[in-house]
Amino acid sequence: MKSNPETFTKVKSYVPFHGPCDPCPPIGRKYYSTPPNLYLGFQPPNLPQFSPAEALKSGTLWAFFYDFYENPYKKRAGKGNG
Amino acid sequence: MWSYEKKLQYPVKVSTCNPTLAKYLTEQYGGADGELAAALRYLNQRYTIPEKVVGLLTDIGTEEFAHLEMIATMIYKLTKDATPQQLRDAGLGEHFVAHDSALFYNNAAGVPFTTSYIQAKGDPIADLYEDIAAEEKARATYQWIIDMSDDPDLNDSLRFLRQREIIHSQRFREAVEILKEERDRKKIF
Amino acid sequence: MVKTLPQEYYKQLEEIQVADFVLIELTLYLDTHPTDMQAIQQYNQYAHYSKQLKEKFEAAFGPLEQGSLNRTPEFWAWKSGPWPWQV
Repeated sequence: MKSNPETFTKVKSYVPFHGPCDPCPPIGRKYYSTPPNLYLGFQPPNLPQFSPAEALKSGTLWAFFYDFYENPYKKRAGKGNG
Repeated sequence: MWSYEKKLQYPVKVSTCNPTLAKYLTEQYGGADGELAAALRYLNQRYTIPEKVVGLLTDIGTEEFAHLEMIATMIYKLTKDATPQQLRDAGLGEHFVAHDSALFYNNAAGVPFTTSYIQAKGDPIADLYEDIAAEEKARATYQWIIDMSDDPDLNDSLRFLRQREIIHSQRFREAVEILKEERDRKKIF
Repeated sequence: MVKTLPQEYYKQLEEIQVADFVLIELTLYLDTHPTDMQAIQQYNQYAHYSKQLKEKFEAAFGPLEQGSLNRTPEFWAWKSGPWPWQV
């Protein structure tokens, strides 16, 4: 089982139901993470590794598991404030 | 026994004095799916689980304490020089009157930590499935905190912690496979 | 008290964090893959490397771990900061 990012996506989305009497404007799409480990099963030996410094930065030694997270709603105005 | 190292697992940097973010982060300090709950859950399950996975529970449980210290560091840095007024504006007025800027094991809504957040069913599969679920819930919590935060340095550390949940989830899934195994593991894949 | 730490402190600390992170990752991996000889070899290599880095750091900045040598005979350096949340 080789690391092959093309065979799956790390983020999925769906359009939630929006009823005629729901007061908030529809959010459009809702997103959820499906991280790489969900597709691997038992880790096979000799998966390609990050360099040690990259590994710390990425939070994993093995590139296959790396899943950068960004707020999926960021592009929408007025969202993502702290 | 445990031994202390005078360093964080990953550097924690905070760009702005932002007590509101500290309030959100307490979810991962003393919340149901937080690092304290994780550490206590895994370390406590070790005594009644097949020996094959005791090492893993020990090591992940220990790493969770390192994450707890990272979260504590974030909360500390985000609040240490904040004035009572700033804390009040951040919704931490109730916290301040009880604790000043002391850290406390409660969740983002101020509910004190309770051991009923964690389970020990004594059934290896039930316990490991709980652990996998706990990792996914912690991963999701980090996502929601990153969504609420606009501090790039803080988000960098939070992304590290989120990635660790993915690795822990992977290892717990492997632990389940090890306990399911009939004779030869290689047959499974 | 405002205290600044030399750049060298951060540089060496991060080198240790990098090496120890490889160790943590290999530890968890080996917990479920206990017969991966290549991983064991890599683990031992980094365990050795981490020790070297810590010796160098401790000589300059004081003890990092419980059980480390106290290199100043006249003062108990362990109790001194900076603590992890102060750096």
